[in-house]
Amino acid sequence: MSAAFPTNPTGSVDARDVATAHRPFRTDRLILWTITLAIAANFAWVVAHNENFGWPVVSQYFFDPTVISGLYVSLGLTVVAMAIGVVLGLLLAIARLSSDKLAFTLAGLFIWFFRGTPLLVQLIFWYNLSTLFPTLSIGIPLGPTLASWDTNSVITPMTAAIVGLALNEAAYMAEIIRGGLLSVDRGQAETAEAFGMARARTLWRIVIPQAMRSIVPPTGNQLISMIKATSLVSVIAMADLLYSVQSIYNATFEVIPMLLVAVIWYLLITSVLNIGQGYIERYYGRGDRRSGDAAADVSTNAGPVSPIVQEANH
Amino acid sequence: MNIPATITPQMIEAAPVAPLVVARNVHKSFDRLEVLKGIDLDVSPGEVVVILGPSGSGKSTFLRCINHLEAINKGSIFVDGEQIGYRLKNDRLEKLSGNAIARQRRKIGMVFQQFNLYPHMTVLQNIIEAPVGIHGESRKAATENAMLLLDRVGLSAKAGSYPRHLSGGQQQRVAIVRALAIKPKLMLFDEPTSALDPELVGEVLSTMRDLASQGLTMIVVTHEIGFAREAADRVVFMDGGHIVEQGRPEDVLGKPQHPRTQAFLSRFI
Repeated sequence: MSAAFPTNPTGSVDARDVATAHRPFRTDRLILWTITLAIAANFAWVVAHNENFGWPVVSQYFFDPTVISGLYVSLGLTVVAMAIGVVLGLLLAIARLSSDKLAFTLAGLFIWFFRGTPLLVQLIFWYNLSTLFPTLSIGIPLGPTLASWDTNSVITPMTAAIVGLALNEAAYMAEIIRGGLLSVDRGQAETAEAFGMARARTLWRIVIPQAMRSIVPPTGNQLISMIKATSLVSVIAMADLLYSVQSIYNATFEVIPMLLVAVIWYLLITSVLNIGQGYIERYYGRGDRRSGDAAADVSTNAGPVSPIVQEANH
Repeated sequence: MNIPATITPQMIEAAPVAPLVVARNVHKSFDRLEVLKGIDLDVSPGEVVVILGPSGSGKSTFLRCINHLEAINKGSIFVDGEQIGYRLKNDRLEKLSGNAIARQRRKIGMVFQQFNLYPHMTVLQNIIEAPVGIHGESRKAATENAMLLLDRVGLSAKAGSYPRHLSGGQQQRVAIVRALAIKPKLMLFDEPTSALDPELVGEVLSTMRDLASQGLTMIVVTHEIGFAREAADRVVFMDGGHIVEQGRPEDVLGKPQHPRTQAFLSRFI
């Protein structure tokens, strides 16, 4: 062994073993860390001691019933609008990928319109639908009317907010889901079909689970934008989180502290969502090499013990 | 052009059983490129047919036409007495719906060049997906059958692994088991060893030889001349979208008649 070791570098074979290597101390990194931490500490101190931030007011109103009910409205709107948006988006994506010309065109028009106009404008339109159509009715086109409602009784701030947010979301989700479905190797759907799987089952069992890996990260993005987009519904008098703090500072004039209450709540929610997204991504990446857990990787090299290791993992 | 006359049971010495696969005057074009220019082929139950031919001869395309992964432009294909992709209604030929075609495919197993195992499912889940989800078997029965089949190819220890933990040869053997799990009447192999490292080809071929000896009807597109010689009941040589020559392996491979077969085989000696 030592005979094969090159003679010109100095040191013994043992000293050259990379397993014994250490990382040299980096003075420049230490200085950068110190400066950064000092600035951060200073900034935190300044913010904490600036009376204009009104921290006592922030803590006083943080769990105020009005704020909490606004928070529930924001969360509820997000969940409902997102759920409708994802389901409708999936249908639109499938229509967009189908060979059926009618479905393809209708989905294309929907996406074109709802992505192409501002969400704020859409919300105001839905809220004011009664000025366009005073009554809403179900009937046979050019034929008799079967049922009819007064638009103002159907379109409350709540329904206008849900419809506006959900339809807009559906248009974006359609494109995200379509991209995800296209990212799955064509051979997968072909194999499932060769085994006699119907198209719907192929999509549900084979294609969508694999597409999820590329659908989840941008959907997390969309969910976070949706939380913040719910603040737009304050313009149609929907008592969401932003509207609630506005209603309080309109009386107390504590504008900045109340906005801080809203900001902190929004940050808390998005932080929780980020953690959740990480778990979901790990779940859908379970068959993937890059995200493979170390134990499963070891099992391939572990020889005879591998089945036991795998049993423990699954 | 040398379109062969209709193939009659002269190839098979056995009793005149109805053929399992009947292809008549099959034409297939991609845009303006005609890939199949009139293929006639009958395959009897239990027969192992190996299709050889140079790249671009249309052999893989023909295989994919048999289970309607590709729609043919002219002619007809029957498997087990049913016309694939169509039915006769009031004396007029009608295209079948996607679900009806899916039903026809349920008795045909297929093994792909790229294995195409479902990466998000374990080996066992890959195998029982079709038996449980499509054929309505109980999960318990399908699992028992899957473990039995895995044992036959020596992979029962891998039932809980994901495909990425297996070598190419192991993946392809799982893919074969997955196709067998639906108890197919016909197995199609589309260049099953072409994507494998040379040292992994043998294990897949030996699995296929076992199947051939068990009387499974197989149509195999391959470049493995050795497999054709040992396992085939009949070798079909395709070139330029035609069947150029066919017969018993010792005839086609031993003393090829057609110059193109001779030229093709000379490269393997």
